[in-house]
Amino acid sequence: MRHIEILETVFDPCQIQKNYQQKSMQGKTGYGATASFIGTMRDFNEGDDVAVMELEHYPEMTEKQLNTIIDIAEDKWPVQNTLIVHRVGEILPGEPIMLVVVWSAHRAAAFDACRYLMEELKHRAPFWKKETLVQGDQRWVEKNTDGHE
Amino acid sequence: MNIKVKYFASLREQIGRSGDYLQVSEPLTAMEVWKQATGREYFPDGLLIALNHEYISDDVLVNDGDEIAFFPPVTGG
Repeated sequence: MRHIEILETVFDPCQIQKNYQQKSMQGKTGYGATASFIGTMRDFNEGDDVAVMELEHYPEMTEKQLNTIIDIAEDKWPVQNTLIVHRVGEILPGEPIMLVVVWSAHRAAAFDACRYLMEELKHRAPFWKKETLVQGDQRWVEKNTDGHE
Repeated sequence: MNIKVKYFASLREQIGRSGDYLQVSEPLTAMEVWKQATGREYFPDGLLIALNHEYISDDVLVNDGDEIAFFPPVTGG
């Protein structure tokens, strides 16, 4: 089971997770672990203060790539359910950018699959960030930060 | 043969348009499509290529009805 959602407006990750779980896991009691990751927009990057960010994507390819990484995660771990939500459009500091949730029987698979999905999303899903700095300059983000920093 | 070409993000801004339609008489490699569509000889550093929404290398053949996209490194998440 899986759900992928690309949103153009601000979202509440906890509410989306709760609603999706209630709907998709109703009557199911075989999951003992739920791991989630929320990515939030920072107000700084590369030493500069960031005022706003514009997130562009390639819709058809995004959907395909996200389905592919979920397929791989399901092959690698006993994942029961996956939710991926990603924002596009204009995003302000403090707003959530992405949500990844994995449900599994045990915590190791849930943690590992959740980490895998978010790292692979950063490497493969066709999203691009353009920042507007507080002083007004605009620039494309050229690379994602290393997840281990 | 018709090939749909798309550009995204900083590359779209540099090229000045979001895409092109190429009419060609035979299949071309991704590199040949790039040269014909953009008039540019070389790829920018880090350029990524997708054919029908899957990543490919620049020597893959592009056929009639295909959609090919060129874009900079992705920065989602």
